[in-house]
Amino acid sequence: MWHYIARRILYAIPIGIGVTVFCFALVFLAPGNPVQMLLPADASQETIDLIMKTYGFDKPLPLQYLTWLERAIVGDLGMSIQTNRPVLDEVLKALSNTIFLSAGAVMLAFTIAFIFGTTAAYYRGSLIDRGVTALSIIGVSVPSYWLGIVLVIIFAVDLNWLPATGMGPKGSETFNIFSWDHFKYIIMPVITMSMVPVGIITRTTRSAVAEVLGNDFVNTLRAKGLSEFAVIRHAIKNAMPQILAVMGLQFGYLMGGSILVETIFNWPGSGFLLSKAILTRDIPVLQGAILILALCFVFTNLVVDLVQTSVDPRIKRA
Amino acid sequence: MTDMSIGNASLLRLAEEEAPATKVRSYWQMVGYRLRYDYVTLFFAALIIAIVLMSIFAPWIAPKDPYKTSMAFRLKPIAFRDFWLGTDELGRDILSRLIYGGRMSLLMGLVPVVIATFIGGTLGVIAGFIGGSVNMMIMRTMDVFYAFPSILLAVAISGAMGGGMVNGMVALTLVFIPPLCRIAETATTQVRNLDFVEAARASGGSTLSIVGTHILGNVLGPIFIYASGLVSVSILIASGLSFLGLGVEPPNPDWGLMLSTLRQSIYVNPIVCALPGAMIFITSLSFNLVSDGLRQAMDVRM
Repeated sequence: MWHYIARRILYAIPIGIGVTVFCFALVFLAPGNPVQMLLPADASQETIDLIMKTYGFDKPLPLQYLTWLERAIVGDLGMSIQTNRPVLDEVLKALSNTIFLSAGAVMLAFTIAFIFGTTAAYYRGSLIDRGVTALSIIGVSVPSYWLGIVLVIIFAVDLNWLPATGMGPKGSETFNIFSWDHFKYIIMPVITMSMVPVGIITRTTRSAVAEVLGNDFVNTLRAKGLSEFAVIRHAIKNAMPQILAVMGLQFGYLMGGSILVETIFNWPGSGFLLSKAILTRDIPVLQGAILILALCFVFTNLVVDLVQTSVDPRIKRA
Repeated sequence: MTDMSIGNASLLRLAEEEAPATKVRSYWQMVGYRLRYDYVTLFFAALIIAIVLMSIFAPWIAPKDPYKTSMAFRLKPIAFRDFWLGTDELGRDILSRLIYGGRMSLLMGLVPVVIATFIGGTLGVIAGFIGGSVNMMIMRTMDVFYAFPSILLAVAISGAMGGGMVNGMVALTLVFIPPLCRIAETATTQVRNLDFVEAARASGGSTLSIVGTHILGNVLGPIFIYASGLVSVSILIASGLSFLGLGVEPPNPDWGLMLSTLRQSIYVNPIVCALPGAMIFITSLSFNLVSDGLRQAMDVRM
């Protein structure tokens, strides 16, 4: 197993390098001169020349990449054109808000999906099963940006129960989940964001639990007189590693894909930052945010894989 | 418990399928037979056809010009005079724009999947059939793109390239190439060393004919099923890009774009504001359910 773990970590390294190459190349995808992309529009010729020199844009591409990578590794991702602050600070500040939101969404999704999925697996083939399957397909088909707006229409515009956008009352700096004044801001974003993971985790739970319930040992459990509840408990225990792995992957996916939900609710996370950077053509922020989000995604996948290998004794990977 | 695990519906289906045992059906006949009784799939397939027809014949169906603005009739509610679904912030007829909007949304949803199926499938078959270092090179490159959640990758590419419908479609194509390539590669690798390929080679078949008949014959099915499932994802992401201002550009009518502009007037006209999104939802749901039905009908093991 140690062999597998070592290999899995080594395998993540070239992917991480590939991600940096991709993010570096993003600047060149943009129309126009890459130097101008990194600077405000009214930058003087001297500044352009200076940046040209310090960032090494007059050197060949591979060398440019290495210079950029060297800076990126020590945390210098450049300056935001809009706010003139270091990109890394901006992204990290936003990232914590995104993690908060994604964690909430994935926990809500797990709770719902676990109940639905297990019930469907137990009554498989029945009307309940079909209903749950239909719900999970609806979950992955709903455009989150539309669901968010519908929720806002119902709960903010019509009923005026919940605030439409933002993260906490005006002027509050930190988010305090234990106070209702703050908590009500996170309710709709979390529900909106949890739709896709509800669909996916429900499907996984249903098929994983159903597979276990089809095993012979389940008959043995029943034969020796265990209650149905105890039988289901056994089945869930066996299916759990797989369900948790999908949940972990979904968490990584939500973190990277939070842009639409955060844009609707003006949630000041990394996706919102990205969306603002796109509107203002703030390429350094765009590049930095995408780099960090992708690396987070690679890291989450790695952790999920390793945890699953160590938790589930049945997985023996060569 | 046994009858519970099989379920009455499946028992019925088993009985139906085993009854005409003497009649030998071809694979496609069997698929057609299964689909004929899958009313959910049939219903949503009809819905897709209706949406496609609506988009194609939009100029004849739409009651008004979707581009015609009117300062006097801005943000009017549902059933205001002959604006059946009201007007948007520039006084354009919402119903007409919804009907026209299908064109952009379907185009941006379908074209990337078709192109990506072609490119990804080709790369995957090449990687799987040749193997060795070629496989290594292609597949490791694809792995890098797996490091991005699909929406993030689409946003990254189209965000850097600067929006627009064509850039959005290019971005989506790049998003879908890796998964399709992986499917094609797996299927090809599985088939490549089977006996019948060996036999074809021994009987003097050229590489081209082996790939053309034996490999493709076994690879196209899985690719097609997977690609059909991607259409729904593609429509969702494409409209999402337009929603973020990265896809279709104003004043063109597009569901995602309409959703994002109507959002500004959410307090004036809440119900109208939700309509474009409902269209996206119905379209994506239909493609998802039909793809699911196709996968079940085309499953050989059933």
